[in-house]
Amino acid sequence: MLENIVSTGKKSTRDGFGAGLHIVGQKHPNSVALCADLVGSLKMQAFINEFPDRFVQVGIAEANMMGIAAGLATAGKIPFTGTFANFSTGRVYDQIRQSIAYSHKNVKICASHAGLSLGEDGATHQILEDIGMMKMLPGMTVINPCDYNQTKAATIAIAEHDGPVYLRFGRPGWPVFTPEDYKFEIGKAYQLCEGTDVSIFATGHLVWNAVEAAKALALEGISCEIINIHTIKPLDEEAVLDSVSKTRCVVTAEEHQMNGGLGDSIAQLLARKMPTPIEFVAVNDSFGESGTPMELLEKYGLGSKDVAAAVKNVLKRKPVRV
Amino acid sequence: MTDLTRLQDIASQVRRDIVRQVHYATCGHPGGSLGCADFLTALYFDIMDHDPSFNMEGKKEDVFFLSNGHISPLFYSVLAHAGYFETKELATFRKLNSRLQGHPATHEGLPGIRIASGSLGQGISVANGVALAKRMDGDDKHVFVLTGDGELQEGQIWEAAMFAAHHKLDNLIVTVDWNGQQIDGATKDVMSLGDLPTKWQSFGWDVLYMDGNNMEEVVNTLKEAKTRSGNGKPIAIMMKTEMGAGVDFMMGTHKWHGVAPNAEQTETALAQLKETLGDYPYPYEN
Repeated sequence: MLENIVSTGKKSTRDGFGAGLHIVGQKHPNSVALCADLVGSLKMQAFINEFPDRFVQVGIAEANMMGIAAGLATAGKIPFTGTFANFSTGRVYDQIRQSIAYSHKNVKICASHAGLSLGEDGATHQILEDIGMMKMLPGMTVINPCDYNQTKAATIAIAEHDGPVYLRFGRPGWPVFTPEDYKFEIGKAYQLCEGTDVSIFATGHLVWNAVEAAKALALEGISCEIINIHTIKPLDEEAVLDSVSKTRCVVTAEEHQMNGGLGDSIAQLLARKMPTPIEFVAVNDSFGESGTPMELLEKYGLGSKDVAAAVKNVLKRKPVRV
Repeated sequence: MTDLTRLQDIASQVRRDIVRQVHYATCGHPGGSLGCADFLTALYFDIMDHDPSFNMEGKKEDVFFLSNGHISPLFYSVLAHAGYFETKELATFRKLNSRLQGHPATHEGLPGIRIASGSLGQGISVANGVALAKRMDGDDKHVFVLTGDGELQEGQIWEAAMFAAHHKLDNLIVTVDWNGQQIDGATKDVMSLGDLPTKWQSFGWDVLYMDGNNMEEVVNTLKEAKTRSGNGKPIAIMMKTEMGAGVDFMMGTHKWHGVAPNAEQTETALAQLKETLGDYPYPYEN
């Protein structure tokens, strides 16, 4: 039920990663954490305190870190690399492509400070292309959780998955609204509420914006079905098609470029299986800039109001049932 | 005791295999492959403690990573003769549906290959990871790497070199194929490497030298490297080789870096290389 989706307070998704990594350390004696000089930012200290011998400081050398992770995985370890999303993807794309993805190494690429919501550091650090780069790699699993609890659960879940994973999360404190005991299933979409007029497929921080938009729209009598696509690849096609067969129109929402993101994946699926009107809440072929997270999300069209506006736009194009 | 004659015989057959693979594929990289044939033969047939039944994790055995993946015909021949797969599969090199890709890959499941290489500069980083894992596991075996010298122009090499020294990965032995050649010409003309041994030393490595085309020196230096391991420093061997070594018209030039010999050239080359273990047949029959 939509009204039951409430924030219990704000915590960052990176804090969720740190908490999850600590539990991974306890559950998996062969887990290893690596960091490229961003231990504090990645919230890795709890893991390091308890498992100092399974932590590897690499210094500011991300390419080397990806190779080391591939080597550790070759020897049977479960390496978790930690740095900003920008340096986890674009900077090291070839290392990931050859040494990790093509070589099918069990490396968990854990990427913080993704998207505009990292804020004041500006566009050099605000990567908005990472989901696209990672989902194009054959065999790569791509996950973008929506809050603290989901990020923590996802971190624990990827340790049990055999294969390379890209786990994307962010910097700011953000509403926590998924259950604390949430069991994360890779590739299984998470329906937040049922609705009849429109399907909103959202990932990452923008799931909360979708919730806020749906609550505002409910007051106008518009019923939104919100589905959290935390796993962008492999996409839960069945969940998408089930929902769309009911609502017959779609809004996607993500903190990423429109090109290459979640919206692309949904549109590609629908074009093949169930052509449907669709609106995209995403960054439209632009770099970001400095500002507070909320200012940036608003300026670049990723706010709750933008999700609501996209719903109204797509409803105008919704086919009338004969 | 090392049987040098046996190693030289194997290296001769490996050189024949290199020439024949590249000729049959009509493409590939014979120059560096021939230059490093003595080194890789010594490594797999005398120096390393390894298991050709092949386990990816390589626990309790010495493991090798080829960073300069383009000399794959050498790697494939040595692995085949060492028992990782049948030599007749060498006839599939660079052909469609082969496990012997142009550059080495794990993707097709070829035994003996633990990582894809080809995009240069990545092998020492991967070896760092395995060396770390061995230390964590109390495994006292060694991790060997071969890199080209032109490859040292890649920045990641020096990230990896810094890391290995900082973390005292003294179970790591990197050999640099110091042939002074790369695709566009001599390294001194394309991008000078400067004082290479001093560079490695200044990064904190223990540096050895050898003539990579003198089997006795190769064996002795690799043995020396193993005895020097465990002393807090990773080991780098500066290996002088001749690109194309063993085939007179391929030596002393960078021109045979990535060119296949035609039928006549192949015949000339093979006449200079003794067939010792038997040539594998063309074409491949399963």
